Amino acid sequence: MSAPGDRGVVWLGTPPFPDAAREAVGDTRLRANLKRATTVIRDKRLAVASELDDWEQLRTAADAIRTRTLRHLDHHLLRLEESVTAAGGTVHWAADAAEANRIVTDLVRDTGEHEVVKVKSMATQEIGLNEALAAAGITAYETDLAELIVQLGDDRPSHILVPAIHRNRTEIRDLFAERMGAWGQPAPEGLTDEPVELAEAARRHLRRKFLTAKVAVSGANFAVADTGTLVVVESEGNGRMCLTLPETLITVMGIEKVVPSWSDLEVFLQLLPRSSTGERMNPYTSTWTGTTQADGPSRFHLVLLDNGRTDTLADTVGRQALACIRCSACLNVCPVFERTGGHAYGSVYPGPIGAVLTPQLVGVERASSLPFASTLCGACYDACPVKIDIPRLLVHLRAAAVRARRGAGRLPTAEAVAMKAAATVLDSPGLFAAAQRAASLGGRALARRGRIGRLPGPLRAWSAERDTPAPPAESFRDWWRRNRQER
Amino acid sequence: MRVALFITCFNDTMFPATGRAVVTVLERLGHTVDFPLEQTCCGQLHVNTGYPADAVPLVARFARTFAEYDAVVTPSASCAGLVRETHPALAEAYGSRRLHRQVAELAPRVHEFTEFLTDVLGVDDVGARFPHRVTYHPTCHSLRALRLGDRPQRLLRAVDGLDLVELPAADACCGFGGTFAVKNAATSGAMLADKVGAVRETGAEVLCTVDNSCLMHIGGGLSRQSAAVRTLHLAEILATTEGGRR
Repeated sequence: MSAPGDRGVVWLGTPPFPDAAREAVGDTRLRANLKRATTVIRDKRLAVASELDDWEQLRTAADAIRTRTLRHLDHHLLRLEESVTAAGGTVHWAADAAEANRIVTDLVRDTGEHEVVKVKSMATQEIGLNEALAAAGITAYETDLAELIVQLGDDRPSHILVPAIHRNRTEIRDLFAERMGAWGQPAPEGLTDEPVELAEAARRHLRRKFLTAKVAVSGANFAVADTGTLVVVESEGNGRMCLTLPETLITVMGIEKVVPSWSDLEVFLQLLPRSSTGERMNPYTSTWTGTTQADGPSRFHLVLLDNGRTDTLADTVGRQALACIRCSACLNVCPVFERTGGHAYGSVYPGPIGAVLTPQLVGVERASSLPFASTLCGACYDACPVKIDIPRLLVHLRAAAVRARRGAGRLPTAEAVAMKAAATVLDSPGLFAAAQRAASLGGRALARRGRIGRLPGPLRAWSAERDTPAPPAESFRDWWRRNRQER
Repeated sequence: MRVALFITCFNDTMFPATGRAVVTVLERLGHTVDFPLEQTCCGQLHVNTGYPADAVPLVARFARTFAEYDAVVTPSASCAGLVRETHPALAEAYGSRRLHRQVAELAPRVHEFTEFLTDVLGVDDVGARFPHRVTYHPTCHSLRALRLGDRPQRLLRAVDGLDLVELPAADACCGFGGTFAVKNAATSGAMLADKVGAVRETGAEVLCTVDNSCLMHIGGGLSRQSAAVRTLHLAEILATTEGGRR
């Protein structure tokens, strides 16, 4: 069993969500970039999802497949190992980020290479693989366009699907012009911020890497246990380059990504592109089964990553989060994410799914503000293609966060004391009526012309942005007692 | 049919006029409404803040207080949703088997006010007159927990003289979220600013919802901007029969 501290996932030093969010909300350029991008993807997703008459049945099927697979995960993983091995691949098991990084680093070392090309992958972001490889003198080149933007900017991804969503094209132009040279082929002179020119600059820059790289590292969207087939879906074709040209391919995959059969895979391949990019079908779907002579990589390694997943599986409510297919529909519809962006979550998994996944992967005490980073508006649940009840999980993890604080042996927080007091008052109609009268008197004393304005202390945050109406002179129950109660 | 009003602790304290409006409308439609004084709170504050065990006595109190009624009507989509969806789960996790049975039996008889009018009583036109330009914000729990659909709008369209104008980006959350507005004040404020802007864009004189909690938050933002928009719970519009102010 690994210690949560070895699991990467969260960026140490990130302030709690409310503080990070406050800073992000104040960044007007960031908010404009986010609003533009999320609105476009949101509308596209709605349009292509509504084309399918059986969308709801697909969601129900996906939910059922995931629930069933997770319940027997050990069985499906052993079958996957067997079929991958039979097809000529080698399977490695990693309990945590540190072990996964050690395995991948050793595999690259064995090839004698000092450079690898990378397919966009959340699992390798989660374990901090690039940093681990760099420490061993191996340079990892990101080849997904958005990941390249993040890498050139020495930045962090802020979205699962669109990691550079916080950048606009002018910022990207500047990055390309300034930084591409340090990583290889420089950007052409006089580069403008036209998307065609930016894509061409990236294409030229990356082409060199594809043609020279001997080792590639990827993640996986799915793995089919029946046949040992790995699946990567993408838009650019850069992933396809990495998956086919190098001699050695190393895939790092979270253990929850396994699907039993191709007929199960079919359901997800309908849901994923529509939910993520708002496309009917993604441009490139790469599948490979072990190795094939004189076609593609001759050596294939699959690293199966736990890193907190079996701990998550032990929570019968929380385990739903493992059904996630990383489409990021929940990020795009989330009103909180739209204002704060992904960095405020302090995790490679931002947004609503990040708020329920991160605390489970690293331990709720290390991400205790995340379950509270939501209004529980429910837009994420409606958008989720595998029907993860994110609001329910958030509430479930809020209770876990409170328990963890209590378990830390500290004195009860002011909040816990207030909640206990409120519970006592609210369980007694007499005490409640008395509290109402006190609140009415106090509130009316503070009010000017029926409104309570800015207040100090614990009410400062609430009253900074909004007035509060003065409480009425008489509660409903007092009115009822006076006017309606039979004597 | 024995009908009880569950006012909710928040409305009881801050918005008694909403409770009086519910009573007015139901009595106008020929029903007798009871208000059992043993009622207090559904426990939503405790559940959503991470203190579910503290809510269990409130769940038991709710089940006890309303056990004998054929219908429990509440002018809050949020609290109706919590009672119907979360009370059974809480009773199962923390309570006795007897409590779980009680709660599960009662939950389907708990109705949000507009649901009760349209689904149980089968009424769209409650005989109200309200000659004003009104916009309606569908609160998240009314939209995505209770799935009220167009029930509130149907009731509003049937009001004599009422001019219902559409709210842009209506289904976007207003940013209230209970303690979210305090714990994440900056983000809540940014969401509120967009909602207030959308409301002002409509040129409506009145903004209404089926949840006074969200409405107090949006109304507070409008008030801070000195916007000439009044906020009213939908029940208070349906209770009005003569022109002019209630």
